[in-house]
Amino acid sequence: MAVITYREALNQALAEELERDPDVFLMGEEVGQYDGAYKVSKGLLERFGEERIVDTPITELGFAGLGIGAAMVGLRPVIEFMTWNFAILANDQIVNNAAKLHYMTAGQFSCPIVFRGPTGAALQLSAQHSQALEASYAHFPGLKVVVPGTPADAKGLLKAAIRDDDPVIVLEGELLYALKGEVPEDEDFVIPLGVAEVKREGKDVSILTHGKMINVALQAAERLAGDEVDAEVVDLRSLRPLDLDTVIASVEKTNRAVYLEEGWGFSGIGAEIVAQVQEHAFDHLDAPLLRVHQVDVPMPYSKELEKLAKPSVDRTIEACKRVLYR
Amino acid sequence: MAHELIERLEPDEHLGMLRLMLLGRRFEEKSAESYALGKIGGFCHLYIGQEAVAVGALAPLREDDYVVTAYRDHVQAIVKGIPPREVMAELYGRVDGSSGGKGGSMHMYSAEHRFLGGWGIVAGQIPLATGVGWAIRYRGGNQVCVCFMGEAAVNQGAFHESLNMAALWKLPVIYIVENNRYGMGTAWERASSLYDISKKACAYALPSAIADGMDVLKMRATVEEAVERAREESMPTLIEARCYRFMGHSMSDPVHGVYRTKEDVEEAKQEDPIKTYIDQLKEAGLLTGDRLEEMDAEVREEVEDAAEFAENSPPPPEKDLHRDVYAEINPGGRLFLEGVGAPDPALGRAGRDPGAGVGGG
Repeated sequence: MAVITYREALNQALAEELERDPDVFLMGEEVGQYDGAYKVSKGLLERFGEERIVDTPITELGFAGLGIGAAMVGLRPVIEFMTWNFAILANDQIVNNAAKLHYMTAGQFSCPIVFRGPTGAALQLSAQHSQALEASYAHFPGLKVVVPGTPADAKGLLKAAIRDDDPVIVLEGELLYALKGEVPEDEDFVIPLGVAEVKREGKDVSILTHGKMINVALQAAERLAGDEVDAEVVDLRSLRPLDLDTVIASVEKTNRAVYLEEGWGFSGIGAEIVAQVQEHAFDHLDAPLLRVHQVDVPMPYSKELEKLAKPSVDRTIEACKRVLYR
Repeated sequence: MAHELIERLEPDEHLGMLRLMLLGRRFEEKSAESYALGKIGGFCHLYIGQEAVAVGALAPLREDDYVVTAYRDHVQAIVKGIPPREVMAELYGRVDGSSGGKGGSMHMYSAEHRFLGGWGIVAGQIPLATGVGWAIRYRGGNQVCVCFMGEAAVNQGAFHESLNMAALWKLPVIYIVENNRYGMGTAWERASSLYDISKKACAYALPSAIADGMDVLKMRATVEEAVERAREESMPTLIEARCYRFMGHSMSDPVHGVYRTKEDVEEAKQEDPIKTYIDQLKEAGLLTGDRLEEMDAEVREEVEDAAEFAENSPPPPEKDLHRDVYAEINPGGRLFLEGVGAPDPALGRAGRDPGAGVGGG
């Protein structure tokens, strides 16, 4: 397997799917001539032409809705948002139209569209450019939501999302684009939506997480190993559909769990998982589930304050120790 | 002076258009009656007074052309070809409705008739129509897409974003603004700094026109030009159709009150588009009083039949509750969070809908 970056993995996924299906096109701000704000679409304009790699004006609601209309009549658009913060302008289209249309039309129309771009904080981008928005999209029936945290997952999940017949929200990470990892080269390598992965086996405590935070979780697990704590790291990969079986199996094994997420805790993904686990595995729990997440404030600019606001390896270790009563 | 279309169209074509206008009127009168009896629920926006717009605008279309609209959609759905039975059954929330009872008054759809809704958020449908135009151009087709909206929608960003994209990329979309003078209870002059909606096209270097939406022949003639421009040159057009809403905004709203007087409405009704067309046809010797009575009796019967059909159609079965939230079920995970069982494959259907595809050529 080749070792490539998360950015290159996404680029490969796009190129392969554009090659495979002429109905697939990529549209967004700066995706063509500029090669993408984060260079995810590098080289695609040259290879596939301006009919299929489409630079848009700054008009998020407009091109999101255009994509949905095109999907209704059989095309398979991939809509890039420069960041998910900007997609909030397009939420009427995503939430009121894309998520509803298959149901409202009694299945007469489908919406095979992918909305993708980076979510969450990078460094010192302050309140409007640092939001992890996955919980808000996972809230809506009709949408599917995936959050790849490794290059292989990025490629496999994006390809699966493009091939899926429903609207899929793909949340990437600015700080992930340069991350390297092994990625299969097979053109039909897809990771089915709704399949979690145990990223590290362990028996003492489960760190349940998704997206960028799996890297924080793995670091925490390494350090915990030094304290003779064997932590398991479970990456949800898909938030909707949700692979609850893998989550429950891990909790049944370790009897203790922490949910780690980049976004806010209030009404977050962790809140949902805590509810599901207590409903389905209450008798297996030896301690209450704890959550580690962004502090409940808009992201501050100051480097020092930003560090305090973000979930961290230290806070994850502390939470794991608390559920272990250490 | 008689409109040139009086002579250009075949007599049967005239009678067909008049029949559709009458059908629309009687259908909406029946909807109001059924709503008052509690047989139709939710929001219900009637089209009475605006029939010339839908009939005139859709007459130049081919069967493979597309229509996208907002929530005042019953008559437009019927004019595009959805049987009145299916529209009425949808209003009644029944399984035989055009959306299986899951949409209701504001959400009529038919893949077969290329009627793409039926959307409930003001202006939310405009980018969708723009996307249909995009798909037509992408596939090299020569269909067109007609997008209806009310005048109040033009103050939303979605309108401006769509017009810019359509003009920039030359998409075959005809944007028809039905200026019925009131956005719910707000008169147009109280909502826009510029009265002439057609002038807003200047901002996007887009062809535009003002159509008399109370005269079906004038409406048709204006849209014919736009359809030709879209089909031959793949150029969008903005059309302001000046019309009038004889009813309240929805069935829950007053016909008149603080925002307009009873006299205003009565005066506008003197220009009833159906009466105008009847007069034009009689004057040209294309319609007799007997033929009109016969036609009206026919459409009343068709509407009664639609209501009876709706009445006898069952409500959707309980299994439909979870059905069609998704087109594709992913076996590994839960799409719904109720219960722990494996997902039921019957809840979704894989594969694309060939009925809705855009053909080439």
